[in-house]
Amino acid sequence: MNKSTLTLIALVPLAYFAGYYLTSTATVAPVYTAEVSYSGSTSASGNGKKSVLNSMPTGTVHAVKDGQLIMDAVKAAQPGDVIQVWPGNYTETVYIDKDNIRLSGVIVEGKRPRLFGDGHLNDAILYSGNNIVIENFLITKYKGNGIMGQAGNNFEIRNNIIEDTGVYGIFPQLGENGIVEHNVVSGIEDAAIYVGMSDHIHVANNEVFDSVAGIEIENSRHAIVENNFVHNNTGGILAFVTPGLPIKDTVDVIIRNNWISNNNTKNFGAEGSMVAGIPAGTGILIMAADKVIIEDNLILGNKTAGIIITDHQNAPNTTLDPESDPTPDQIMILNNLMYNNGYDTITEAKVLLTTELKQGNPDILRVGGSNNSCINNPQQYISAGVGDWPACGFSNTDTIVNYLLDEPAAPRSVAVEDKGKYAYLGICTGCHAYTGRLIGPPVQVIQSLYMDDPKALADYIANPIKKREDYPAMPKQDYLDAETRKAVAEYMLSVKN
Amino acid sequence: MMLSLAAALALNTAVISLNSQCPPSFELTPQNQCLLVTRYDHYDSLHNKGVGGTKTALPKGRDGFSPQQIDLGRYLFFDPLLSANHKQACASCHQPSHGFSDGKALSTGSNGDIGTRSAPGLWNVGFLKKLFWDGRADSLEQQALIPLFAPHEMANTAEQVLADLASSALYPELFRQAFPLSTELDLSQVATALAAFQSSLISLNSKYDHYAHGYQQALNDQEIKGLNVFRSFVARCAECHTPPLFTNQQLAVIGTPEPEGMTFDPGAGNSPELSKLRGGFKVPSLRNVGRTAPYMHSGRFATLEEAAEFYSKGRGHAVPKGEKLLLHWHIWEPKLSPEEIQQLAVFLNTLTDESLMPVVPAQLPSGLPLPAELTTPHDHKGSTE
Ligand code: HEC
Ligand code: HEC
Ligand code: HEC
Repeated sequence: MNKSTLTLIALVPLAYFAGYYLTSTATVAPVYTAEVSYSGSTSASGNGKKSVLNSMPTGTVHAVKDGQLIMDAVKAAQPGDVIQVWPGNYTETVYIDKDNIRLSGVIVEGKRPRLFGDGHLNDAILYSGNNIVIENFLITKYKGNGIMGQAGNNFEIRNNIIEDTGVYGIFPQLGENGIVEHNVVSGIEDAAIYVGMSDHIHVANNEVFDSVAGIEIENSRHAIVENNFVHNNTGGILAFVTPGLPIKDTVDVIIRNNWISNNNTKNFGAEGSMVAGIPAGTGILIMAADKVIIEDNLILGNKTAGIIITDHQNAPNTTLDPESDPTPDQIMILNNLMYNNGYDTITEAKVLLTTELKQGNPDILRVGGSNNSCINNPQQYISAGVGDWPACGFSNTDTIVNYLLDEPAAPRSVAVEDKGKYAYLGICTGCHAYTGRLIGPPVQVIQSLYMDDPKALADYIANPIKKREDYPAMPKQDYLDAETRKAVAEYMLSVKN
Repeated sequence: MMLSLAAALALNTAVISLNSQCPPSFELTPQNQCLLVTRYDHYDSLHNKGVGGTKTALPKGRDGFSPQQIDLGRYLFFDPLLSANHKQACASCHQPSHGFSDGKALSTGSNGDIGTRSAPGLWNVGFLKKLFWDGRADSLEQQALIPLFAPHEMANTAEQVLADLASSALYPELFRQAFPLSTELDLSQVATALAAFQSSLISLNSKYDHYAHGYQQALNDQEIKGLNVFRSFVARCAECHTPPLFTNQQLAVIGTPEPEGMTFDPGAGNSPELSKLRGGFKVPSLRNVGRTAPYMHSGRFATLEEAAEFYSKGRGHAVPKGEKLLLHWHIWEPKLSPEEIQQLAVFLNTLTDESLMPVVPAQLPSGLPLPAELTTPHDHKGSTE
C-alpha cells in the first residue's frame, strides 16, 4: 500500500477544499474532442491511441460537484450524455444500467474526484451498459471492486487511480471489445486488473503493484497485455483457465513489452481464492490457457521464477470440470529479458531442475502437460520443462496491433417491428388470445375496436381504464417505453392468429 | 376447483381435443411448432452462453414442440394416473402455487416415503442444461422418467404406465393428436410431452425484468440496493446466480447444511474420482424463488433471509466435522450487514412473475380427480378451466 499518498490526502486541510471551491467556478471545463496526432511522422505508430467507441459524446453534459451525488446525474442521463465529476469526495456506489454513458472525472491542478468507500461500501462503479467510458477517478476503500463491468461491451476504462480497494481493482466481466489503459492500481487482495470471461480486450500502460495478482486474463479470448509496469505483487501477469465457469477457455493472449519486476510480495489472497495458491515471486503464470505469446518483456527479480506454466492437475484449489481442457497448449515464448529470477525458489522447482540435471535460479518452469509449444533462444534462460520445445518460427507479433474489434460490438436494440413482436408474445399473449377469452378480451375484438388507430391502443395500455364489467382491470404496461408501446400496438393490430 | 357430476359424465363421452394454439410467449410456425419469443431476444450474450448483466440474451431454451404435445404434457403433468397407486401426479410435488415446488423441505412419495431432497421449482426449467440438484440428467426427457419409476416417488413401472394410458378412455386419442406420425403409444412420447409442457413454464416478466429492459422506476430504493448487493463483488451472488436466468448453470460446492439428523449429501461428488465435487450442487435459478421456500437441496432454510445469511456466516461454517470439501472460491466472508441481508431478500422477491401461469386442468383425461394437494384452497392465481 502506498502509505504516503494516503496520509497526504488525509492531511489536505479542509480550507484547501473550501478555497478550491471558490476558485473552481473559474476553471474551464474540459472539452471532448476527437484525438489529433502531431503531424510529422508518416508511418503509423503501434502506440496509436485506441478507442472502441466510434463517436464522441453527443448528448448533454451533467456536471457533478462535491456534495452532490453522481448517481443523481446517472439517473438523469440519457444515452450519449457525459457525466462530468469535479474534484471532491463521493461516498457512493455508482451503477450504470444504461448504454453510451461517459463517466468522466475532471482533474483540476492534480486533484481528481475521489470515490471513497469508507471501508463499508461494496463496489465503487458497476456498469452493465454498452459503450461506457470511466476515466480520471481516484477510487479507494471499497470492500468489493473498484470498477466492475457486467456484460457491457465496448468499454474504455482509463486514467484511474485505484488504491486499497477490496477484491479486484478493475474487473470487466462477460464483455467484448474493451480497453483498460493508463490506470494505476495498488493494494488489491486479488487481481489489480482482472479480465474475466471477456473477448477482444486491450490492457496497456497500467501500473499495478502491491496486490496479490497484477493483471489476470481469465477464461477470455483475444487479449493483449502490453507496456504495463507490474511490480511488487505476489504474481505479476496471469493467463488462466479457471474451471467451473460458464465460459471454458482462454485463447490468444499476447503478453508483450511489460516490465514485470520484484513480484515477491507475500500472498495475502483470501483463503480458497484461485490466486491464494500463487507462490510469491512469480513473474508470469500460465495455467491451462492456450495460444499465449510471451514477447519482449523485462522480467526481473521475481524470486520463485520468471515464468511458470502449469496445467490444472498441478495447481491447487482447482475444481473438476470435464468441459474445460486442463492443459496449456501452444505457449510461445519469444525473446524476453530475464534477469535475477528464481533466486529464492520453491522446493518443487529445485526438484524439477534436478531431474534435468540443472542447477541455478529458474527463469522458466513448466509442470504438467503442454502440446505444440515453442520457445526462441532457450539457451539464454535457466529453465525446466521446456527443453524439448522447438523454436517458434517467428520472432515478433508486430503485425498484431491489437485484438480489438474493427467495428464496435453491435448495439443491443433491434428493429422496431421486432420490439413489437417480442413484447406482444412475451407479455400480451399471457392475457390475450387471438380468439376466445383468456384473462383479457380476444385480440380479434381489440382489432375491431382499434383497427386504424394504433396510437389510441398504445395510449390505452400505458394507462388502461376499466371498460368491461365482466373482466378484471388490465394492469398498466407503462414499463414499456413509448416506442415499444407503439410497436406492440401495431403488432397486435396486425396479427392473424 | 369443482368436478361436477355432469361434467364428469360429459367427459366420458366427449372427446377432449388438444389446444392447437401455442402457450403464451410462443409463436406458432407453419410446421406446427411453438418457438419461444421473449423480450430478451433483443440482446446477445458472449458465446451464446446466456449469462451476463441486465441486457443479456437467455441461453437457448427448449422449444419446437407442437401445441398439442405441450397441451398433452399439461394433462399428464397433473394426472395421478402416472403413479402406481394413482394418487400422485408430477404436480403433487411441483405445485403451481409453490412455484412448481411443494413447499416442503423434503418431498413425500406416493407411498408416503420421505425423500432425501427438496423438490425444485420448475419455472424456466427449459433453459437448464443440467437437471436435478446434482446435475445428473441432461434433458427433460431423460429426467421425466426418473420420478415415474423411483420407488420413493411415483413408484410406477413402464408396463403399468403404458397399460394405464392405453386403457384410459381418452389418452390414446390425445396421444394420436400429439404424435400423429406414431402408430403406438410409447414411453418416449410421455417423456416428450412432459418435456414440452415443462419448457412452456416461462417467467421473464418480473419487476426485475422491467428494470433490466430499461424502466428504471420498476424497482424501488430498497430493491435497487438489494440488486446492487446481489451483484456486488462482496456478496458475489451474481457470479453464480448470473442474470438473466440467475444461474450460471455450473456445479458449485458451497457447503450448505443438511437438516438435523440427516447424513451428508455428497451431491455431484458421489464417487472417489469425483471427490473434488463432493458436496457440489447445481446453481439453481432464482426466478420465482419467492415462491419456492424452503430452500437448498435439502430444504434446510425456511426463508430467503436465512438462505442469504448462510453466505455471510463464514466459509465452510456448516461443513460437518471430518468432511473435506473443496469449497468454491466465491464462498468467502462477505460480512454482509443485517440490512444488506434484508435487502437481498427484498430484491429476490422482485424476481417473481407468474403471469404466464398455465391453466390447471379442471378434468383429467383419466377421469381421476386432481391430487388432493392441488385442490385444497390456497392463494395461487392460476385458474382452472
Ligand atoms: C395481466 C393480463 C393482461 C396483460 C398482460 C395485458 N392485458 Fe390487455 N387487457 C386485459 C384485460 C383484463 C382487459 C379488459 C379490461 C377492461 O375491459 O376493463 C384488457 C384490455 C385490453 C385492450 C382493450 C381496450 C379497450 O379499449 O377495450 C387492449 C387494446 C389491450 N388490452 C392491449 C394489451 C396489450 C397491447 C398488452 C401487451 C403489452 C396487454 N393488453 C397485456 C388484461 C391484460
Ligand atoms: C415425490 C415428489 C416428486 C414427484 C412426484 C415428482 N418430482 Fe420432480 N423432483 C422432485 C425432487 C425431490 C427433485 C429433486 C431431486 C434431485 O435433485 O435429486 C425433482 C426434480 C425434478 C426436475 C429437475 C428440476 C431441476 O431444476 O433440476 C424436474 C424437471 C422434475 N422434477 C420434473 C418432474 C416430473 C415431470 C414429474 C412427473 C413425471 C415429477 N418431477 C415428479 C420431486 C418430485
Ligand atoms: C459459488 C456459487 C454461489 C454463490 C456465490 C452464491 N450461490 Fe446461492 N446457491 C449456489 C448453489 C450451488 C446452491 C444450491 C446449494 C444447495 O442446495 O446445497 C445455491 C442456492 C441458493 C438459494 C436457494 C435456492 C433454492 O431454490 O432453494 C438461494 C436463495 C441462494 N442460493 C441465494 C444466494 C445469494 C443471496 C447469494 C449471495 C449472497 C448466493 N446465493 C451466492 C451457488 C452460489
